[in-house]
Amino acid sequence: MSTHFLSVEALKKVYPSESREPNAPVFEDLHFHIDKGEFVCIIGHSGCGKTTILNVLAGLEEASAGYVIMDGREVQGPSLDRGVVFQSHALMPWMTVLGNVAFAVKSRWPDWARDKVTAHCTHYLEMVGLGEAIHKKPAELSGGMKQRVGIARAFAIQPKMLLLDEPFGALDALTRGTIQDELLKIVQATHQTVFMITHDVDEAILLAGKILLMSNGPHAKIAEIVDITMPRNRTRANIHHDPQYYRIRNHLVDFLVNRSKIYAGAGMSHDAKNPPVVRPGLEGERAPVVALPVDKSAPLLKIINH
Amino acid sequence: MSKVLRLKAALLSLLLFAVFLGVWQFATQAKESNSLAGASAEYAALMGKGAEKTDGFPPPAKVGRAFVEYLSDPFYDKGPNDKGIGIQLAHSLARVGLGFLLAVIVALPLGFAIGMSPLLFQAFNPFIQVLKPISPLAWMPLALYSLKDSSISGIFVIFICSIWPMLINTAFGVASVRRDWLNVARTLEVNPLRKAFLVILPAAAPTIVTGMRISMGIAWLVIVAAEMLVGGTGIGYFVWNEWNNLALPNVIFAVVMIGLVGMGLDLIFGALQKLVTYRE
Repeated sequence: MSTHFLSVEALKKVYPSESREPNAPVFEDLHFHIDKGEFVCIIGHSGCGKTTILNVLAGLEEASAGYVIMDGREVQGPSLDRGVVFQSHALMPWMTVLGNVAFAVKSRWPDWARDKVTAHCTHYLEMVGLGEAIHKKPAELSGGMKQRVGIARAFAIQPKMLLLDEPFGALDALTRGTIQDELLKIVQATHQTVFMITHDVDEAILLAGKILLMSNGPHAKIAEIVDITMPRNRTRANIHHDPQYYRIRNHLVDFLVNRSKIYAGAGMSHDAKNPPVVRPGLEGERAPVVALPVDKSAPLLKIINH
Repeated sequence: MSKVLRLKAALLSLLLFAVFLGVWQFATQAKESNSLAGASAEYAALMGKGAEKTDGFPPPAKVGRAFVEYLSDPFYDKGPNDKGIGIQLAHSLARVGLGFLLAVIVALPLGFAIGMSPLLFQAFNPFIQVLKPISPLAWMPLALYSLKDSSISGIFVIFICSIWPMLINTAFGVASVRRDWLNVARTLEVNPLRKAFLVILPAAAPTIVTGMRISMGIAWLVIVAAEMLVGGTGIGYFVWNEWNNLALPNVIFAVVMIGLVGMGLDLIFGALQKLVTYRE
């Protein structure tokens, strides 16, 4: 039916309520799609159900309504086709770094010989810069190194799609920067399809091809889809020299600070099936480059409905 | 630093032990001087060699002699009522080992199942709660009646007392395995057997081994009482037999041996615990 690699249709999640009154849905009427090789970030305030969406995509949680179709098949339950990098790295502390990755690789290819598994794992661990640490236990590693192992584990099973749940949230800014660079390099080299949750606007701009902006929960929706209009070969070192960067950044921050709330109520003429795609800054120079604390109106943008 | 501390602690321990021996010596000496009343002196004369054992509470030297005597030949066997301490301890350890092993065989799989399934947990919980506080010796009459063998009954009592801590700890350990690790296994489509042995078992192992350690401690406590009851062989029987002989030095010797072996068992499980504990 759809030609996209991954399509999400009318997704909704209601958590069972403890009291008599049913809970309001965390999010509802969610529609979006991801094409092969795309890097999509999702941004929104806490409580808008980002992690739930990721878990539904991963097959770890079931949606209350709607469905997810990946590669022509509906997502039902977890699968090796979708690698997940967890927020809290989720390494098994009793296994070595190599053991953790090998556990995943052996699950993917059960009949591989031990040498082949080791070589494969070592390749991916070297890719994230951990070639020296493969025989260490996770407890001996820093937070950033642990998260790298998690990334290597997810890449090593060569999934059709990678799901990252705020993978750098717990890291300090410097470590985060280096790992972002590494992730960017790997993704650019492998053309991996990625869906990533983040709270970090700069991270999203650096990594993503498009950004889904979530309105506040409950009844969260996708408010806008922001197209990142900068060249794909951007790096952390040069990205802030692009004037486009600040336009996009201001647009995102403005959304999070001012506009994410107003989507929560009804009465907005907002087509959930086709959330507006915006390209900040490309429509002349009218995007709000200066901060606008009082201005509640949405900035003038070029809005394309597809 | 810690080496110095350990040395100091060892010295202090020795000092405490010396004080304890001194008090003991003093207390028993004072009693000895006025103990031999007429009747007991006559009794002593009648009883011959046995009499020296009834001389009030034995002083340290006499107990020391019992230690030397029993430890110099621990494995002699002169009939049912006179066996070396090694043989008696071996009997006790064999019973404990067998009963404990049976408990492991039952408690680990059952605990796994209960820990994995909230339904089973709810269903089993009332039984566990009622059965757990029953003194294992209370089962003895039923065991003797239905098993018709005192030695097997002893093993059964060990089994029934060591099953509960292991069962409860296994169930708890399995139920509280971190969600994240299970989610990793799920996203990797790990089959249930691999998940049980490579994820859940190592994750729950520290809790499970703690349960085993508690069980073993209880089993060693219970075996002495059980053997006093069923008789025949074992360290418990030895204590009771020496009490019937009024040979208090031997009783003290046996009590110390029970303590030492119990400590040894605990050390083994402590080492096992260290082996399976992981740092996060």
